[in-house]
Amino acid sequence: MTTSTNVHKKIKDLHPNEAIAPGTGLCAGCGGLEGLRLGLKELGDDFLICNAAGCFTLLSVYPFTPLKGSWLYTTMGGSVPAAQGVRDALDIRMRYRGLEKKEDLNVIVVAGDGSSNDIGFGATSAAIHRGLDFIYFCYDNEAYGNTGFQLSAASPYGSATQTTPSTDVHEAGTEINKKNLFEIWKAQKPAYLATVSPREPIDLSNKFARAKELKGPRMFICMSPCPTGWGFEPKEMQEIAKLAVDTGIFPVKEYFEGEVVHTVRPRKRLPAEKFLERQKRFHHLFEPHRQDEVIGQIQKRVDDYWRQYE
Amino acid sequence: MKTQKKTMLTGNKAAAWGARMAGVEYVPAFPITPQTEIVETLAKWFADGTLQGKFTNMDSEHSMFMAAGSAGATGVRVFTASSSQGILHGMESLYTITGWRTPMVIVNVSRALATPITLEPDHNDVMSTRDCGLIQLHAETCQEVFDFVLMGYRIAEDPDVCLPVLVNLDGFYLSFTREPVLIPDEEEARNFLPLYKAMQPVFQASRPMARASAVFGGATYTSFKLQQDMACRNAEKCFNQAAQDFEKYFGRFYGPVEAFHLDDAEYVFVMSNSFATKGKSAVLKLRQQGIKAGLLKLRLFRPFPGEAIASALAGHAKVAVIDQNLAPGMGGITYPEIVTSLYSREDRPEKILSVIGGLGGKDMDDQDFMAIIEHLDKPDSGTPLYLYDEKDVSSFNRLQQIAKLKEALS
Repeated sequence: MTTSTNVHKKIKDLHPNEAIAPGTGLCAGCGGLEGLRLGLKELGDDFLICNAAGCFTLLSVYPFTPLKGSWLYTTMGGSVPAAQGVRDALDIRMRYRGLEKKEDLNVIVVAGDGSSNDIGFGATSAAIHRGLDFIYFCYDNEAYGNTGFQLSAASPYGSATQTTPSTDVHEAGTEINKKNLFEIWKAQKPAYLATVSPREPIDLSNKFARAKELKGPRMFICMSPCPTGWGFEPKEMQEIAKLAVDTGIFPVKEYFEGEVVHTVRPRKRLPAEKFLERQKRFHHLFEPHRQDEVIGQIQKRVDDYWRQYE
Repeated sequence: MKTQKKTMLTGNKAAAWGARMAGVEYVPAFPITPQTEIVETLAKWFADGTLQGKFTNMDSEHSMFMAAGSAGATGVRVFTASSSQGILHGMESLYTITGWRTPMVIVNVSRALATPITLEPDHNDVMSTRDCGLIQLHAETCQEVFDFVLMGYRIAEDPDVCLPVLVNLDGFYLSFTREPVLIPDEEEARNFLPLYKAMQPVFQASRPMARASAVFGGATYTSFKLQQDMACRNAEKCFNQAAQDFEKYFGRFYGPVEAFHLDDAEYVFVMSNSFATKGKSAVLKLRQQGIKAGLLKLRLFRPFPGEAIASALAGHAKVAVIDQNLAPGMGGITYPEIVTSLYSREDRPEKILSVIGGLGGKDMDDQDFMAIIEHLDKPDSGTPLYLYDEKDVSSFNRLQQIAKLKEALS
């Protein structure tokens, strides 16, 4: 089991370095930012982030950057090919032009779920196919958050977004299922693939530590509770993230050398509605009347998922 | 000046040889007709070790231009090529990388845009990049293609410019036409264009930087855009400087425009790219008939050399601007730019006609040029003049007839 190589056991083992300074333009209580902060602790300061248009574009607003490493804003669908160009150029300079190894960079893509599942999806698949040596960090808040929370391919069944509102005709809101990006990426056999949660910092840190030692495409999907889009108080972010794991809605797992391992397993799964009832985007499932069928469907899908691994 | 080797090359091969003699280190590529021969040639040279660096097969032109731009920002000499739909597909990336201010040379092999889909050339593809901040050089011959790629790097990499240079050549008419091309030896090419050393900060661990950060407020945005405008305008001076050096090393001189039998011309055709050769041939024939025709060929299109164009055209009575492109509902795309450059001149031509021709590779023959002369001579002729005559109508009618017959049979 790959988890036996964990370097971190306790919170105090985590690297004290901070590559992101506090006080960015991102929303208070952003789960994805916490995930990225923890991840960068492991990767060190010699990185370049290729950013796709999205919430995290607000990390660097001229003339400020909160990062110790480098930043390149790209386009919504162009962050991965930009990473390809940087990686190739560094390799060329190190091989042919005498650039020292210490000048090398960890090339990281930071993109939201809209970019990852939709507009940048093809280019990402192509980069995995090419075996691009990079780290992909998808902050998944399950909608186009930066534009005001519209449906993305990561929006879950039963959630309300601005473009899939709950109405008398369409009570569930979103009537289609979240795209299974983990399984799609896995089909291409990247060097490493993991889901991470900001509520599981040790697990997250161990996964980044592992990925750092590998070459090739290393893909992360970070569950990113979103106070503004999901509708909860910023201070509740960690609780919401914990409920996502404890209800089994968000499986924390990794794929490495052909094997999928659930690295954090809820011992006894809480009912899904414990997660749903805390968020405005699922409010219509409880008020003005309870939508038992939709809630039941959500629970069934969670149960069906875990049954595969029991 | 050393002797240069004369070789028969297609326009595409000339572009590839230009990249080779420039010592390009990185080529992200995506195939599209009629450009593919360029990247195939370069792929082979990287694969067999002729060129040092990397050739990466990309997944689209959108991705290709992004990779080209970010590699430029990381300090290598980049070359890539595209055409037509590829330019449109990559348009967002083109605007992005000109904003990144990364030098490189892009070759566009012109091909008309869908719909309807076709393979043959016109200039709507390259004209679509007119406003995105690229430097544009338009080539008439295979020699110009080779030379402009070399010159292009000098302009692109100048610290006062730091922008991508696009070299345009016509699909089929030039891309697949073999012409003699003089190629200097590598040492001589290196004297004109040394190996790449970035003049601006590039990505590496010892130099963390944030690039292309978001801006809020129109004033900040405008500051960056005006810098880009200034850089693009600087490129005219850099073009002229590069042209002087180029002549010193290789004996060929290129001005931003080329005058052909212009001095005493009463009728002037303004043209660009390979069809300028047809225009030149028509000028010679018209002169045999006693008609004082001349031609002004556009080479540098961005930055727009308004002064050079106006000086060349002022004092001539009748000018026809031949656009091989069409802005529906408006006309030719270069026409208003040329008229604007002449507006304040007292000795501006008495008549400036817009002509639309050569769309989708439609040939231009001597009769077309004569039709332009006749149109210029008519006192009440309208503008634009579409080069689409009765023989074109009847050939299209024939196809329509076939389509109808099939419909009747089914």
